Amino acid sequence: MFLPFFAALREAGVPVSLREFLAFLEGMRAGLVTGDVEGFYYLARTAMVKDERHLDRFDRAFAAAFRGLETITADEVLAAIDLPREWLEKLIERTLTDAERAQVEALGGFDKLMETLRKRLEEQKGRHQGGSKWIGTAGTSPFGAYGYNPEGVRIGQNESRNRRAVKVWDRREFRNLDDTVELGTRNIKVALKRLRRWAREGAEEELDLPGTIRATAEHGYLDVKTRPERHNAVKVILFFDVGGSMDPHVRVVEELFSAARAEFKHLEYYYFHNCLYEGLWRDNRRRWDRQIPTSEVLRTYGADYKAIFVGDASMSPYEVSHPGGANEHWNPEAGQVWLGRAREQWPANVWLNPLPERFWPHTPSVGMIREIFAGRMFPLTLDGIGRAVRALG
Amino acid sequence: MKFSGTRSYVATADLTVAVNASVALERPLLVKGEPGTGKTELARQVALSLGLPLVEWHVKSTTKAQQGLYEYDAVSRLRDSQLGDARVHDVKNYIRKGKLWQAFEADTKVVLLIDEIDKADIEFPNDLLQELDRMEFHVYETAETIRARHRPVIVITSNNEKELPDAFLRRCFFHYIRFPDEETMKQIVDVHFPGIKPALLAEALAQFYEIRETPGLKKKPSTSEVLDWLKLLLAEDLGPEDLKRDPRQLLPRLHGALLKNEQDVALFERLAFMARRNG
Repeated sequence: MFLPFFAALREAGVPVSLREFLAFLEGMRAGLVTGDVEGFYYLARTAMVKDERHLDRFDRAFAAAFRGLETITADEVLAAIDLPREWLEKLIERTLTDAERAQVEALGGFDKLMETLRKRLEEQKGRHQGGSKWIGTAGTSPFGAYGYNPEGVRIGQNESRNRRAVKVWDRREFRNLDDTVELGTRNIKVALKRLRRWAREGAEEELDLPGTIRATAEHGYLDVKTRPERHNAVKVILFFDVGGSMDPHVRVVEELFSAARAEFKHLEYYYFHNCLYEGLWRDNRRRWDRQIPTSEVLRTYGADYKAIFVGDASMSPYEVSHPGGANEHWNPEAGQVWLGRAREQWPANVWLNPLPERFWPHTPSVGMIREIFAGRMFPLTLDGIGRAVRALG
Repeated sequence: MKFSGTRSYVATADLTVAVNASVALERPLLVKGEPGTGKTELARQVALSLGLPLVEWHVKSTTKAQQGLYEYDAVSRLRDSQLGDARVHDVKNYIRKGKLWQAFEADTKVVLLIDEIDKADIEFPNDLLQELDRMEFHVYETAETIRARHRPVIVITSNNEKELPDAFLRRCFFHYIRFPDEETMKQIVDVHFPGIKPALLAEALAQFYEIRETPGLKKKPSTSEVLDWLKLLLAEDLGPEDLKRDPRQLLPRLHGALLKNEQDVALFERLAFMARRNG
């Protein structure tokens, strides 16, 4: 009966499989949560979301899947379900004032009490916050499920939660964990980790057990073999666009840089402005008097380096396509020629663009560079870095 | 068997549901969250609360899944064979039981903590799929199959250094420990320092959240840091009025417990400088 919810989750992009869905149903059948809409939400979340990046999508899907049922009136529910007496009693504690309770007691009789309660519930209809039928059909408390009370009283659990007027899933606390939104150094490091290449190089310090056994068997005496420890051997060369239109993106680029720096032992970096030309520099203060010829960089770093260009690729199209098009100096050869050379030298290459992907079509030069990179341009988001790293393979 | 926080651990409602679900349905619980929000502590508290013994398996970058099951100590056997030791004839003497084996053959149900699973090699979780699912494994050297006598309660923590494979995730329940809001934080502090002066606590927490909100911090202070800081404040016997910063000195008192790297301290000093200039 939760199948529409399951479908909604999959549609929202939460990668939930049948296996998890069954686990969730199993949890429902085991009676892990009863009469508590928050508990239901928590159980669904713990069983079906496996990554904090999907929590926000889950929250949205949850809200959407169970929203339509808010319109069910209190009367319909009361009529539809026989209420266990103790739930009503509990509700009475909350809903009626002391004076009223005394009055009811004076009048005597549970029926009378029930009547008052119904009336009270009716009065509050306008303010009730919704929830859904599912709890009801699962055979648990409608009060818990529906939360009539504007203060958010939930019957069926012992502690009151009066201060929580907003539904948990509507608070969307996990918004910034969605991987299309935010970056942090830590997250980037995790994304870059994928580039790791383990290799054994250097001093032979580790005992090579299979080797030792083999050698011992061959020689007939104990012959200890050693081998070097594993290291991350991936080599990365980064090119950063600086200045001008890149200024608003300084922070993300800085984060990417510090993450990459911590992650890779073999990391080289150079700066350029707008597009790659004949000169690069490593220190922005000395960019005019300390330029390094690009050809030298191309010569120095072998084809095993993975090249990552970071820039917004937003410039005049001439800066890419024509000699002399650069906006700061006279360039004898066009930017695209240099980019082509770099791509040839480092077959594993990508362009990371801090501009949001949806703005790319608005700038012609973005399209040009994208073409030069054969579509290997990715946005500078966690998701984008993930895709870029996969493209670098 | 219901878990509901302990005297020294405040469990939020969502965490309670997650733990109880994984205990009842006998599935491993994967816990993630910012460093210092009590992931590892959770397993200890679950064990304490359910009254079960705890088996801890701390994973390092060199840990192999096989080490959790058992290790065959070939080198000792080789040495013994050269010395002519009688033990050498029984391979059982050279099988060392791993944590998983210990948990499986325990007399009672146990809580098994697999700490920081993301530190290990990418293939590590994949190598444990069958073992966690069926709760059994085969020992090739002695040709016996070890089955769990009681399915242990398994708590796995991860710091997100690596992505875990989907097949592994599907077998787990998942909980993300969010950084506590001010209300929960008060409860947590109360559990650790009962009888702390409310004025001091309010002032300290206000400052703490302010520090956390400061944009550009490299390492945000977390629950365990605030507890350390409060401990220091109490040890120094400072009052709320001591905490009130005068504008010329922006770094909070005893900031060493909260700010863990020099860039962050430098950031605060820069802010202090600017505040002084403006003030």
